[in-house]
Amino acid sequence: MKKVWVIIRKEWSEVFKNRLVLGTVAFLPLLFTAIPLVTLYYTGTGNNADSAIAATDLPPQFAQLCGDLNGTECMQYYIVSQFLILFMLIPLILPMTFASYSIVGEKRTHTLEPLLATPITTFELLAGKALAASIPGILATWLAFLVYEIGARILAISPHVLARLSDPLWLIAIFISGPLLAIAAVSIAMMISSRVNEPRVAEQISALFVLPLVGLFIGQSTGLLLVNQTLIIYMTIGLIVLDAGLLAFATQFFQRENILTRWK
Amino acid sequence: MTDNTQVSSQYAIRLQDLTKSFGETLAVDHLSVSIKRGEIFGLLGPNGAGKTTTIRMLSALIAPTSGTAWIDGNQLGKQDQEIRRNVGILTESPGLYESLSAERNLAFFAQMYEIENISESVEKYLRMLGLWDRRFEAVGTFSKGMRQKLAIARALLHEPNVLFLDEPTSNLDPEAARLIREFIASIKHDGRTIMLCTHNLDEADRLCDRVAVLKSHLLALDTPTALRRKLFGRSVVFHLHKTLPKYRETVKKYQFVKSAEIVDNKLLVKLDKPEEQNPILIRSLVQAGAEIQFVGELRRRLEDVYLQLIDMEKSQ
Ligand SMILES: Nc1ncnc2c1ncn2[C@@H]1O[C@H](COP(=O)(O)OP(=O)(O)OP(=O)(O)O)[C@@H](O)[C@H]1O
Ligand SMILES: [Mg+2]
Repeated sequence: MKKVWVIIRKEWSEVFKNRLVLGTVAFLPLLFTAIPLVTLYYTGTGNNADSAIAATDLPPQFAQLCGDLNGTECMQYYIVSQFLILFMLIPLILPMTFASYSIVGEKRTHTLEPLLATPITTFELLAGKALAASIPGILATWLAFLVYEIGARILAISPHVLARLSDPLWLIAIFISGPLLAIAAVSIAMMISSRVNEPRVAEQISALFVLPLVGLFIGQSTGLLLVNQTLIIYMTIGLIVLDAGLLAFATQFFQRENILTRWK
Repeated sequence: MTDNTQVSSQYAIRLQDLTKSFGETLAVDHLSVSIKRGEIFGLLGPNGAGKTTTIRMLSALIAPTSGTAWIDGNQLGKQDQEIRRNVGILTESPGLYESLSAERNLAFFAQMYEIENISESVEKYLRMLGLWDRRFEAVGTFSKGMRQKLAIARALLHEPNVLFLDEPTSNLDPEAARLIREFIASIKHDGRTIMLCTHNLDEADRLCDRVAVLKSHLLALDTPTALRRKLFGRSVVFHLHKTLPKYRETVKKYQFVKSAEIVDNKLLVKLDKPEEQNPILIRSLVQAGAEIQFVGELRRRLEDVYLQLIDMEKSQ
């Protein structure tokens, strides 16, 4: 298992020399933390009697989401939950970018052959690459979530909303669904990039798998569905099944000889 | 079958009907060769002859379709991890991490090979190949020759008993190529067995103890000298001050002379045993009035042998 760590360190020292990848890693979490905080700040400062939103002004499905929150609180909570869905893009997109560059890079430099000539096992190689690609994404998600939570508290939003922010729903989403998403993202990106020669093409194809999340975002914005505890739990269970399937498929897909002869 | 321990001590590499097909393409066809310990063995053949495929099979990178091989006593398909531990390979393209330094590249592979004294081995080979001063520079800034040297260093890091070199001097300038050739010759003395693929036939001639000419199946296998003799016999060149047609007749009257021809001021004579027959010819030529300036054996180039073999294969 020592070699898995050696691979991870090699991947990081390589990939962090790539400005484009580094940019994505830094920019995306920053953006996804900044936007909701700024929005919260503005809705929060307007939190007085004049501009208070009456619960009745909100679309009907909000009542289900908000329960006993008042209008403004409900609006804030809505914004928070809406952006937390966007947060889930971080453990998807970062690992995808990482994995695409790592696999395509290895193909371009023809380093797979000397690497597979060493007594490393295929499992160690793939585990090293997958972990190297997913760990930064997962950590960035957690970090961004932490910054967001702290920021939301400092911006003094209603205590009712604050209570909701520590809802197990979001903890599950961030700490369980996040890593599960990262595993799926990495397996998909690795399979795709083993078949293409441009990291960006790999990213673009992999990006199709981001669509379900975007669908969730739009779904909630338009009132088609609500991101509630049940949905998150279903999503998490779905992800576990998906990951198990992807990993089983990947072990067939990434046979030692195929890596060398089919990854062109 | 011979006793396996005996076989493994005498031969470093033994191929038995080794075969590989990619779909319809038969890349390597029932190859059986035994290579002695300490030998430099050349693998020659046209593009697509299956040289790289053979090396890849022997270094446990791809599995044979049928047949097997023993490398340093380990059987292919059964002891692949052992094989990977004991062989070094210089792949067709150097395959280095461009954004990492020379030292980091070697250190990474040293860890993959589970080497104990990593910094020592890395330093040893960086120095041996003249890359020590540039060890902290990214490989992306290296010239082809430097990359090739670094890739050779990597192949040797774990002190393998068997070394596979796939076109070690292709794309290099004559000076760099010569450096690498001299280096290969020098590591032979450590008792390593080296299998060398090359299109440079002079290089094969100079370095290899034996060569195999391949075109998916084996066309010929022997020492370069023996191959020359098999294909062209032996020829002796007499440099004469003045060549007259009668000198040709002088030598032709001997039964052991297979052929004799005059080219410029040289008389070319094909013989079986020049060591015994030359003195007789020299005596007769002198008696006939010829002024002999030099006598020597005509050294055919390995290239001629190779082209002849490939031609023979084509006309079949
Ligand atoms: N991964 C692969 N998939 C399909 N066919 C392959 C593969 N690798 C090699 N071949 C085929 O096997 C044959 C032998 O190829 P190989 O690379 O071993 O030749 P070579 O002797 O090394 O040639 P060169 O001198 O050009 O390097 C060729 O016909 C080649 O097209
Ligand atoms: Mg080749």
